[in-house]
Amino acid sequence: MPLTLTEEQDMLSRSAAEFLADRASIAQFRVWRERSRECAFEAELWREIALMGWPGIAISESLGGAGLGLAGLGVVLEQLGRHLSVTPMNSTVLGGATAIQLLGRAEEQAALLPQIIAGSLTLSLAWDERPHFDLFRVETTARSTANGWLLNGCKRGIADVSSVDRFLVVCRLSGEAGDRAGLGVFIVPQDAAGLRIEVTPMVDGRNCGEIVLDGVELGAEALLGGAAASATALEQLADIINAGLAAELLGISEEASARTLRYLKERSQFGKLIGSYQALQHRAANWFVELQLARSLVQEALLALDAEPGSSLAKQGPALASMAKAKASQVAELATNEAIQMHGGIGMTDAHDIGLFIKRARTLEQAFGDQSYHLDRVASLEGY
Amino acid sequence: MPIGDLYTGGRNPKPLHPDQPAWCAAMASRGWTVPEWPAEYGGGGLSREQSAVLHQEMRRFGAPSPLFSFGISMLGPVLLKFGSEAQKRRFLPEIVRGEIRWCQGYSEPNSGSDLASLMTRAEDRGDHYLVNGQKIWTSHGDEADWMFCLVRTNTSVPKHEGISFVLFDMRSPGVTPRPIKLISGASPFCEVFFENVRVEKSHRVGEEGQGWAIATYLLSHEREMISGLGSLINGTALAQRALKIFGTDADGKLRNAALRHSLARFELDSAAFRITLAQAARTRNAAGMGAMASAVKYFGTELNKRRNELHLDIEGATALQWEARGPAGEAWASDWLRSKGNSIEGGTSEIQLNIIAKRVLGL
Repeated sequence: MPLTLTEEQDMLSRSAAEFLADRASIAQFRVWRERSRECAFEAELWREIALMGWPGIAISESLGGAGLGLAGLGVVLEQLGRHLSVTPMNSTVLGGATAIQLLGRAEEQAALLPQIIAGSLTLSLAWDERPHFDLFRVETTARSTANGWLLNGCKRGIADVSSVDRFLVVCRLSGEAGDRAGLGVFIVPQDAAGLRIEVTPMVDGRNCGEIVLDGVELGAEALLGGAAASATALEQLADIINAGLAAELLGISEEASARTLRYLKERSQFGKLIGSYQALQHRAANWFVELQLARSLVQEALLALDAEPGSSLAKQGPALASMAKAKASQVAELATNEAIQMHGGIGMTDAHDIGLFIKRARTLEQAFGDQSYHLDRVASLEGY
Repeated sequence: MPIGDLYTGGRNPKPLHPDQPAWCAAMASRGWTVPEWPAEYGGGGLSREQSAVLHQEMRRFGAPSPLFSFGISMLGPVLLKFGSEAQKRRFLPEIVRGEIRWCQGYSEPNSGSDLASLMTRAEDRGDHYLVNGQKIWTSHGDEADWMFCLVRTNTSVPKHEGISFVLFDMRSPGVTPRPIKLISGASPFCEVFFENVRVEKSHRVGEEGQGWAIATYLLSHEREMISGLGSLINGTALAQRALKIFGTDADGKLRNAALRHSLARFELDSAAFRITLAQAARTRNAAGMGAMASAVKYFGTELNKRRNELHLDIEGATALQWEARGPAGEAWASDWLRSKGNSIEGGTSEIQLNIIAKRVLGL
């Protein structure tokens, strides 16, 4: 059951599934992963995706997008998860375009968003400095100079690090690591002097890595929005990204579940289909129920983040985003672990596709906060 | 009128507030105790949308629900679907007016999850049956006026095909209810014994042997009702108690990290459950939620057990005192013990998982 509520979303979901099965399938991922160290995605595939308008799905019509909101983008992200497709949708659209919409001035939005929508500009957020995401614990510094800015620090866990045109680097302008105030986001070209890129291949085969900023000099215009970002805007950015990642995690869980269910109906042992054994039936049924619950939370989070600011649904946005990410992560862990166990020995082989889902799921869970990060946040938001 | 406890009606009503019978009668006079039933049987004859408006207006005035009964939630839907014209005319208006309180005779000591193996025998005596046997887990069996009951009318066919659905007065000679005390203390449950009880054939609903189809139709209604428990679950109230008892650390976090984690997980699962229920209610068709009812029953009851365990984690040894009461009058110890039955009654969690595996997953 896909993540769709309207007819429009339903059509989008179906056309995305059709396109990805043809152009960005698991078989194509296998071919691509052999050279993922150098190249983060297929440029030709990204051009085709841009022609379909996916980069602009959530961007308002006044800025050249389709105005389908985060709920519309979620539908596509879910399908990307189902197909384990490799595209810069997360880095450039979910992270990059959202950051520009939330933090950029009107002229920055007008200059950058059309390029993203056209597929001619790719971006990636550079936020993490530690193995765990921690929104305000940023030590990378940006010092004001006579001509602009001087950046120093080290960032890690950057998606599509080898191939994006520019990085959106979260830096500290003032205060200390952990302070809610004093952070700013800088637009840094990937070929800036003093910037070094290091690829850190991840288990899921996607291109990811670190950047070292060793005295990178930038003009005054490099600071997105022209000033320090508000803590609320940065939190909103992370909320939207997490809700989107939750949609992709949901897609992964759905596909792992569908494939495993098929296997339970094919594989025989002791003269019976293994799906006829109650030990497996009960686990599969519980897994199905958990999937429904995760889908409900993801759907509600996407709606809440799209809702009219100030409405009662919008006020639940932050808590729902964290709940959705935590639940989608928990269910993805359940789904991908069970998928391997129920496939048995064949599930442990690289030749079988089922083992690819657990790898992608875990890297997505770690991005922008894992389950414990988000459970902690839910408790804090609720005042305990 | 204050929102009191639910009024259940019956021949010997026990109102918990003196105004309840009059409120029930006033609403029943317009059929509004059961707004969506046809007017010809005493119901309100309202469409689903109109009924929603009525409930909305009632909420606006803080008006309590006029009547809660198994007649409304369980027997009524069965009679509307399977009952004869005479049965509908006789029993439905009484249910609307809350004059007869019904109880359900389903489970037997040797027929729990395997309900279809039930042995209460109804012997054919021409114009009537003679019923012998025993039921168990009959809610309010000692207070109810009539019983709808599953009995075996044929022992020479497969077990599902020999069952019939009959109605009889609890005052009939040979009917003996006996209350059951649970691990949680006194309970509304009874055993009910039948010794040569005369049941008119005209009080059989549906054909002879059709009882199982009726029973399963009714059980899916019961499941949806039990799962309603979950919509009342509120994680925030638990957190407030925890803060009161454990306090906070320098960062303002609950001074018990493991409990804090469990509370957050409970909170997101209960939010997920509430949203899922709301969506299921929006998309359900006339036949009910179908197999989703099993998913909702399974998760809702497990969630309620978790909530009660969290009460124990929060309140500690106090919660194990029989007479201790929470700020809203909760009886922690007996509520906790009673919740263990949630995943047993109305089809165990294991039975729900069987149903999901078979009907949804096709295993």
